[in-house]
Amino acid sequence: MGALNAHLVPAVDGVAYGLLLYVAAAGLTLLFGIGGVLNIAHGTLFALGGYLAATVSDGSWSSALLGLAVAVVGGTLGGAVLAVGTAPLVERGELPQALLTFGLALVGGDILSTVYGGDEHPVVVPHAVNGTVHFFGHVYPTYRLMFIVIAAVLAVAGTLVLGRTRVGALLRATADDRAMVGAMGYAPWRVHAALCAAAGALAGLAGGLGAPIIGPGPDTADKVLMLSMVVIVLGGPGSVLGAFVAAVAVGEIETLGVSISSDWAPYLLFGMMAAALIVRALRGGLGGVGIAMPGKARA
Amino acid sequence: MLTIDSLTAGYDGGTVLHGLDVEIPLGAVHAVVGHNGAGKTTLIHTVAGLVAASSGRVVVDGGDVTRLPAHRRARAGVGLVPQGRRVFPNLTVQEHLTLAFGRGGRRRDRAAEWTPESVKALLPRLAERAGHRGRQLSGGEQQMLAIARALLGQPRLLLLDEPTEGLAPLLVQDIASLIKRLPERGLTVLLAAPQPTFAASVADRVTILVAGRAAEEFSAETLREKPELAALAMGHAGAGHEIGAGEAAAR
Repeated sequence: MGALNAHLVPAVDGVAYGLLLYVAAAGLTLLFGIGGVLNIAHGTLFALGGYLAATVSDGSWSSALLGLAVAVVGGTLGGAVLAVGTAPLVERGELPQALLTFGLALVGGDILSTVYGGDEHPVVVPHAVNGTVHFFGHVYPTYRLMFIVIAAVLAVAGTLVLGRTRVGALLRATADDRAMVGAMGYAPWRVHAALCAAAGALAGLAGGLGAPIIGPGPDTADKVLMLSMVVIVLGGPGSVLGAFVAAVAVGEIETLGVSISSDWAPYLLFGMMAAALIVRALRGGLGGVGIAMPGKARA
Repeated sequence: MLTIDSLTAGYDGGTVLHGLDVEIPLGAVHAVVGHNGAGKTTLIHTVAGLVAASSGRVVVDGGDVTRLPAHRRARAGVGLVPQGRRVFPNLTVQEHLTLAFGRGGRRRDRAAEWTPESVKALLPRLAERAGHRGRQLSGGEQQMLAIARALLGQPRLLLLDEPTEGLAPLLVQDIASLIKRLPERGLTVLLAAPQPTFAASVADRVTILVAGRAAEEFSAETLREKPELAALAMGHAGAGHEIGAGEAAAR
């Protein structure tokens, strides 16, 4: 009971961190699984959202909301740049697009470090959520609890949009058979542009919301990209539910795992990823690993 | 209604269709018949815009659509029922219909003729399976869904690529009956089929494709009376048979 009690805070932290990773990875998994774009600049968009929120925040609710709005707009604009850049490469496979986004990530990272320097930028959250709360005899940051609620709402909203709306149906149809969606009268470039913009907006929003927890700083983009990739590999490209479960699992390994065994936690994370790849390869060939894109045109 | 004029098309440098000419009047059902590799699917895909023409023209309702992408052709009134159905495995029947109607039903240039309700009335099995996903349907149900999806795009020209492939004989009869009723709703149909007998049972005219060329064109009535002519054209044209000789022999 004592050991369980000692690990309660890391376990809750793991949920908060996992949900942050879910929000961060949601845009990447959508763009990769549905649009076929492996966006290496995703972490840069996350960092951009974080920096913008940090710039605007002054501890008031209005500045916090404005910071989120600016982060979303910044991410959306970044997604729009991505859409324009990758549109001519859609029919040429994943590698040219990934290389282009790698270039954009380098340029974007350079711009961010020039503008914001090499230090971490603290975000001043509103006073009401800047303190701590007590539960089960432990002290826990209020903002993180609020983040858990917001991220859970975002997860439910994302699942409903994808699963219950016409836009969601269009995105799932595009993932299944892009050419057939075109033959139904839907302009593929519009779907592609909307997807890039939405993925950018999600990355910016995640950066703004997550800024008080991780970053923004010079390592934020790389760290978020790497963990988002792990989430996608574990959850499966394009699977929102899979990303959710995988993100919470990664969050728990990164927090509860470190709390239980700090020596083994890093190996556990990549051990899980390797196990997921092996299981998928055994179940469905290389396509199950995520190399074959579900949205690839068949015509 | 559909004019295919000296159409040449193929894949990755390999030419499949060689200067094909086909003329289909408004409200007609025209079938192209040929062995595997004759170019039937390439023809359907080229008219739908999924394969680019290297030369020649595709004219729909007087408008040249040769250089238009697939989505613009769909909006111009070209509906596709592809080979293998290609229904979306993760979408329910209702989602297929909603998505298709959302695109086709919003056209401002004409009132929507097909609605999800009217296609369900035409194909009642779809109403019973509305909540099932594409991957959960039988082959016949998937075919019905593929046809419904195309109709909800409000097409004026419907392209049907081997619609009876893999279906039980009873379902083949249902599909044949459905195709024959489509002109009553103002539709023109281009049908690709491997079997001349099925083509002759539903079409007004039948073109025999051999190695990407129109070997013969028969009236369906002629083929129904002398079904051996199709086999003759399919077998002989590839070996230097003079194009047009089959129809002359029929006369």
